[in-house]
Amino acid sequence: MSQNLRVKSSNFIDETSRISFKFNGKTYYGFKGDTLASALLANNVHLVGRSFKYHRPRGIMTSGSEEPNAIVQVGNDKAITEPNVRATEVEIYNGLEAKSQNCWPSVNFDIGGINNFLSPLLPAGFYYKTFMWPASFWEKYEIAIRHSAGLGRSPTKPDTDIYEHRYIHCDVLVIGAGISGIMAAKSAAQNNLNTLLLDEKNELGGTTIYQNSDNFKIDNKISSEWLNDEIEELKKLDNLEIKTRTSVAAYHGYNYLLARENLTDHQSKDEKVNKVRQRLLKIRAKKVIIATGSLERPLVFNNNDRPGIMLSSAVKKYADYYGVICGKKNIFFTNNDTAYESAISLYKKGINVHCVIDIRENSNSSIVKEAQDLGIKIYWSHTVVDTHGYKKLKQISIMELSKDGQSFANSNKTVLDCDCLGIAGGWTPAVHLFTQSGGKLKFREKDQVFIPNIYPSKQISIGSCNGDFELDEIIKNTSDTLKDFLEIDNSDYDNLTVKTTKETSKKNIWLLPSDKFIGKTKPFVDYQNDATAKDIKLALREGFRSIEHVKRYTTTGMGTDQGKLGNMHALGIIADTTGVKMGEVGTTTFRPPYTPLTFGTIVGRNVGEYFDIFRRTPMNDWHINNNAEFENVGQWKRAWYYPRGNESMHEAVQRESKATRESAGILDASTLGKIDIQGSDASEFLNRVYTNAWSKLGIGKCRYGLMLNEDGMVYDDGVTTRLGENHYIMTTTTGGAANVMSKLEDYLQTEWPELDVYLTSVTDHFATATIGGPNSKKILNKLIPNLDLSDENFPHMSFKKVKIGKINCRIMRISFTGELSYEINVQANYGKSLWEQCIDAGKEFNITPYGTETMHLLRAEKGFIIVGQDTDGTMTPIDLQMDWVVSKKKYDFIGKRSLYRSDTMREDRKQMVGLLTDDSNTILEEGAQIVSEFNQNPVQMLGHVTSSYFSPNLNKSIALAVVKGGKDMMGKKLFIPMEDKTINVTVVDPVFLDKENKRLNA
Amino acid sequence: MFLINCPYCGERDQSEFIAGGEAHIERPKQPTELSDDEWAEYLFMRKNIKGIQFERWNHAHGCRKWFNMIRDTSNDEIKLIYKMGEKPPKG
Repeated sequence: MSQNLRVKSSNFIDETSRISFKFNGKTYYGFKGDTLASALLANNVHLVGRSFKYHRPRGIMTSGSEEPNAIVQVGNDKAITEPNVRATEVEIYNGLEAKSQNCWPSVNFDIGGINNFLSPLLPAGFYYKTFMWPASFWEKYEIAIRHSAGLGRSPTKPDTDIYEHRYIHCDVLVIGAGISGIMAAKSAAQNNLNTLLLDEKNELGGTTIYQNSDNFKIDNKISSEWLNDEIEELKKLDNLEIKTRTSVAAYHGYNYLLARENLTDHQSKDEKVNKVRQRLLKIRAKKVIIATGSLERPLVFNNNDRPGIMLSSAVKKYADYYGVICGKKNIFFTNNDTAYESAISLYKKGINVHCVIDIRENSNSSIVKEAQDLGIKIYWSHTVVDTHGYKKLKQISIMELSKDGQSFANSNKTVLDCDCLGIAGGWTPAVHLFTQSGGKLKFREKDQVFIPNIYPSKQISIGSCNGDFELDEIIKNTSDTLKDFLEIDNSDYDNLTVKTTKETSKKNIWLLPSDKFIGKTKPFVDYQNDATAKDIKLALREGFRSIEHVKRYTTTGMGTDQGKLGNMHALGIIADTTGVKMGEVGTTTFRPPYTPLTFGTIVGRNVGEYFDIFRRTPMNDWHINNNAEFENVGQWKRAWYYPRGNESMHEAVQRESKATRESAGILDASTLGKIDIQGSDASEFLNRVYTNAWSKLGIGKCRYGLMLNEDGMVYDDGVTTRLGENHYIMTTTTGGAANVMSKLEDYLQTEWPELDVYLTSVTDHFATATIGGPNSKKILNKLIPNLDLSDENFPHMSFKKVKIGKINCRIMRISFTGELSYEINVQANYGKSLWEQCIDAGKEFNITPYGTETMHLLRAEKGFIIVGQDTDGTMTPIDLQMDWVVSKKKYDFIGKRSLYRSDTMREDRKQMVGLLTDDSNTILEEGAQIVSEFNQNPVQMLGHVTSSYFSPNLNKSIALAVVKGGKDMMGKKLFIPMEDKTINVTVVDPVFLDKENKRLNA
Repeated sequence: MFLINCPYCGERDQSEFIAGGEAHIERPKQPTELSDDEWAEYLFMRKNIKGIQFERWNHAHGCRKWFNMIRDTSNDEIKLIYKMGEKPPKG
């Protein structure tokens, strides 16, 4: 295909470098430097997508990141395909494949297009109004709605690309490398400020860089030449980093910004192998200079969305920058001077410009005069009332406006042939990042723009994002502002001569009149979400007033482009309709990201095994080699059970439990939290944080402690051992270790700074093997033959410091299973060695390694609680029937006062009980609800099951539960309704096995 | 994302800190002497001010020290940071 839609004049396109790409399965070519949009236009492809709701044909409207229509799916790989990409931002490369979205079976023939004809039935709020009733049908509606909703497809396989994060600290961050951004970066870097300059495009220079007109001169040079020289100078500066293809996504408080740097999306498959695709920059800047420019506004009139209707500045950029002719019969439609720049630029390239339609009565500005002198026809006081052509613009109808602009001077309608209509509705400063940072805007009546007013941090907006639109203003104000903001005395930009044209007359009509009844028109305000002026008026008629409500009801500004083009018109139409001043309507909130971010960029390297930290014990390899299954407990990987052969989990746990009670078992308890507590007030400290008394605990003795929150609810538990007069080692639950440490530190630093206590987390410093069961004493005796293990020398709840071989050990004789058992703690590096020695020594006693599941079962047989499983932050020790561990004598401890509140003293609180099922083989489900009566209506829930197991040692099903008033229900029959049956249970004491604790001293 | 000037370590990113609620609420020295209402006042009642608020912060991923902060909640401006045990400025 020949490229007869190219003019030979662009410095930015390399016509010697042909690039082939596919769009909707068809192969096209463009040149190096093209975007997908410019290359498609050069191939006369205007129909790029279908609109969201009505499936109307849509084309390319803009030349930048604000594009609402031309959003495409890039990539054809199941792992690497990206939806909602703006064709105006995709740089083409060999092998690029892109597709239209939101159409089926194809963009040319789209079944959904029928919605366009049904559109009178699809007003704003259609879904809210239609699918409200009957409520039970919602599930069915939802399936159908979901099928037709959404833009693009997600990848179906994991992303294979590489992403990363980088932190940057700088003195000055400049966002946007247009003319004012370049001036700012140069001024900052020249003055020894460490400067970072970002721009979302691949080239520096913004729109000025392709401004090749005698009308705009700086220092007697054409503005683009002047800027080019500035950029050359800039690149020589040392303390400056420049990043192109980098879009600032978010501007948070304290000048913390997130930006996405695109590294390889413009490269072909071969070029980007093993390279980082995108990088998230986390920037902390001392000062921020926003130079994000402005976005051209469209005009709102009937059928203003057909392919071929584009922003006038985009038509100009395609011609000037990409050398692409957007239409053979071009017309411009404007309310300001901008369109004349475009018209003249095209005309001078020999591109047909049929006429300019201007809603103003006249203008005597120099650029308008120049257009007139060139012979370009101007229709003053005219407006476009309709457009024609389904998949491509063919004709427009124009009429003369009345004086007030609300209706027409006469009924004459002129039809003009036209395949490209450049519309120019004025300019909107890109204040998105400014408002994200918390900045407050003010409204400028003169040209109806919102501009920065109150800055929340050390930042400044310069150039057209600050409302300076004419070249002389930009240079002068930017120069002055920079000197002040950067605290510099001299600027390169003082006293520059600037030649520019000045706009002399202004007129703005947010919704242009139509000769048709508004209900029959389609004046689009938000192109991406198909919201029209009609929808906004309907919302107002139905009583919505707040801009935020109108936005949500009509979905105006809620697309992936966040309404960059149409939001101002929505505000204007609301203001006009309700008679409120524009500045008082307010604006909707711009939220990050400015343009969509990929999940890959957000996640960076934290994928797969790096998603979260995990912690393994020193015995981990042994567990793996012995076929352990693991469970996650907080960040720890704990051995769960050790299946043998084809054993199921249930079978393995039954075997491990039985073996432990019959002979011996061994558990890796290294993950328990351990806090070393030292200082002359250590005992007093424990008195205050635990519910029981500690002062009289002998050295070398252990004690179980229960820790409450100040509200009286159980927080954590564990055994603490007194190692010396002023030295304790506290153990906590595995999951609670970090929180307990923080809580203790908090009290020590803030409430009791007078206590002489020092805390050190030593969880990872020790490895712990627990051997338990009737033969555990014999095993320990084999390991340490010279230690006297008699009950007199080494009783239950005591501690010994000894050596196994050369390894120093702390051994606690404590028990969580009800069996005689020893917890052997060694310095972590010896953990595996210790473990293996225990296994060797235990071989003749069939020592059986058991995991967390068996541990849970064994402790449940004894009625011991697990904080977090049997408690949920609403259980007091009294509720748990653990009054024995709460000191009545102590004056105070954390949570004590709360145990005497009227609510915590209620008799009918949920209390811990045991449950036995009538059928001893039925195992209850944890979480199952408990009721007192059959077929009661309404059903009253009494409580729920917290732990449930089949006990191999008792040969029956056992459960722990919390039941309202359960303490006084011993022997009572209760019911557990399940989906298919009701299970009868009896309330019993929660201690199921060895109530007399005989096994502890077996 | 705040930049917080830890009184022990200097300026650090907010992600190193945790917020600990309202500052200068002292745990009663004699809880048993308090009525249920008085205890509930200490235990549950916290201010949620739009404007100047006194807060506790902890440099959890740093020195682990607690300190006080005066912050304007309407614009997140940190007015003052001072150590635990130091009295807040008047006015």
